[in-house]
Amino acid sequence: MIEIHNIQKSFDGNPVLRGINCTFETGKCNLLLGGSGTGKSVLLQCIVGLMKPDIGSITFDGTVFTNNKVNIRQEIRRKIGMLFQGSALFDSMTVYENTEFPLKMLTPEMTKEERRDRVEFCLKRVGLENAGNKMPAEISGGMKKRVGIARAIAPQCTYLFCDEPNSGLDPLTSLKIDELIHEITHEYNITTAIITHDMNSVVEIGDHIIFLHKGLKLWDGTKEEILNAQVPELKEFIFSSSLVRAAKRVDDEGGLEAILADDPHPQNQ
Amino acid sequence: MVKTFGEFILFLQSMLVRKERFKTLFERTIDESVTIGVDSIFIVAIVSAFIGAVTCVQISYNLVNPLIPKSTIGYMVREMTILELAPTVTSIVLAGKVGSSIAGGLGTMRITEQVSALEVMGINSASYLVFPRIVASILMFPLLVILAMGLSILGGYLAGTLTGAISAQEYVEGIRTDFIPYNILFALIKSVVFAFLVSAISAYKGYFTTGGALEVGSASTGAVNNSIIAILLADFVLAALLL
Repeated sequence: MIEIHNIQKSFDGNPVLRGINCTFETGKCNLLLGGSGTGKSVLLQCIVGLMKPDIGSITFDGTVFTNNKVNIRQEIRRKIGMLFQGSALFDSMTVYENTEFPLKMLTPEMTKEERRDRVEFCLKRVGLENAGNKMPAEISGGMKKRVGIARAIAPQCTYLFCDEPNSGLDPLTSLKIDELIHEITHEYNITTAIITHDMNSVVEIGDHIIFLHKGLKLWDGTKEEILNAQVPELKEFIFSSSLVRAAKRVDDEGGLEAILADDPHPQNQ
Repeated sequence: MVKTFGEFILFLQSMLVRKERFKTLFERTIDESVTIGVDSIFIVAIVSAFIGAVTCVQISYNLVNPLIPKSTIGYMVREMTILELAPTVTSIVLAGKVGSSIAGGLGTMRITEQVSALEVMGINSASYLVFPRIVASILMFPLLVILAMGLSILGGYLAGTLTGAISAQEYVEGIRTDFIPYNILFALIKSVVFAFLVSAISAYKGYFTTGGALEVGSASTGAVNNSIIAILLADFVLAALLL
């Protein structure tokens, strides 16, 4: 579990985060939802230690991360896996080497065979068992995201952070990535935090949703509660999409549960 | 200026704390040595051979006094290349090739979040990415300078003998006259200092790149400019101190 207490951050006197308090629960997909420029990425960077908050503290399973000793911070960081918006794959390495990299660096006690088994397992888990020899430049955006996930879970991370995992992907690929993250979170009981402004992700995998607006947390709850939330900024954000407005109308008529229960994969029908 | 220098020192310091395992750094240094050293042999060979050749031809063109022996041409080629042209010009060429490569590579890694990915994994990115590049440069620059010295003298020999400006015997006699071994040491000291300046300045410019592709280009240009200025300043200081 990750606990965030009163995180504040400003740039050149402009406050970006204005006292965020929230909790990311273990074994759940925790979504940071909000429009562009609301401070989601800054909050995530503060959590993983790429940025230092002005005020506030972040605790990983009871261990304070902010302002703690370097070796303790490093110890926590080694339990973190992160999927970056642009995947951030090392472009001089193959897919296999990218996945193997954290194992080589963080677990020197592993033998080459153990590393190979783990890499093959992770690549198979994300459906890329035949792409190990490809370079990042040779694979699609969706495959890059999956390699990013494989790299993140390879060292058996306890915390998984995803910065807009669906950006630049078509709806079907987005859905697959969402499902993969959701399955991995539940399978390995890890604490997952996902930045998104995609309502499809909210409906698909939003176990716990935190809504940010202008550097403030205005709401948190589940995907079942979000459509009936009474926060004007959240309602404006959610119902800016005509698709969601239509879904709401169906929901009001009692039909949304039936729609959500449908298999989203046309090929499975 | 003072702030930038302070940041530069802190950057170098950050590279030395929380270093990665020796095996990892050793492997990275070998990889970088190939990129910095082996891949630069061709350009260094071409530049140094022609520098030696042009130096020989131009000295012979200016040396018209019949009282001065022809072997002086060989002597002057040797002195100029060993003391100045081989270490300084080679380092300036490498500032362009290696410096821009280091700054561009690190800058691209920075803007594509690859540096952040390393940091999130708990890896000291400065130690992992920069330290091996600096060590590899310090190892490779002197070797390239030694190569440049040899090829410059060989270039002078070929140019002098092929154009008929000097005979082979006179040239060899000239390059063996009043040889001071310390000059070789001085050139190698210079090359080590230049290697550190080029690699550290370029790494600093690339590592702290912010923005997009345009800024990566600016970082590369800045790295080359600053490295060349640093080489020339250091060249003067070292000459004043060590000669």
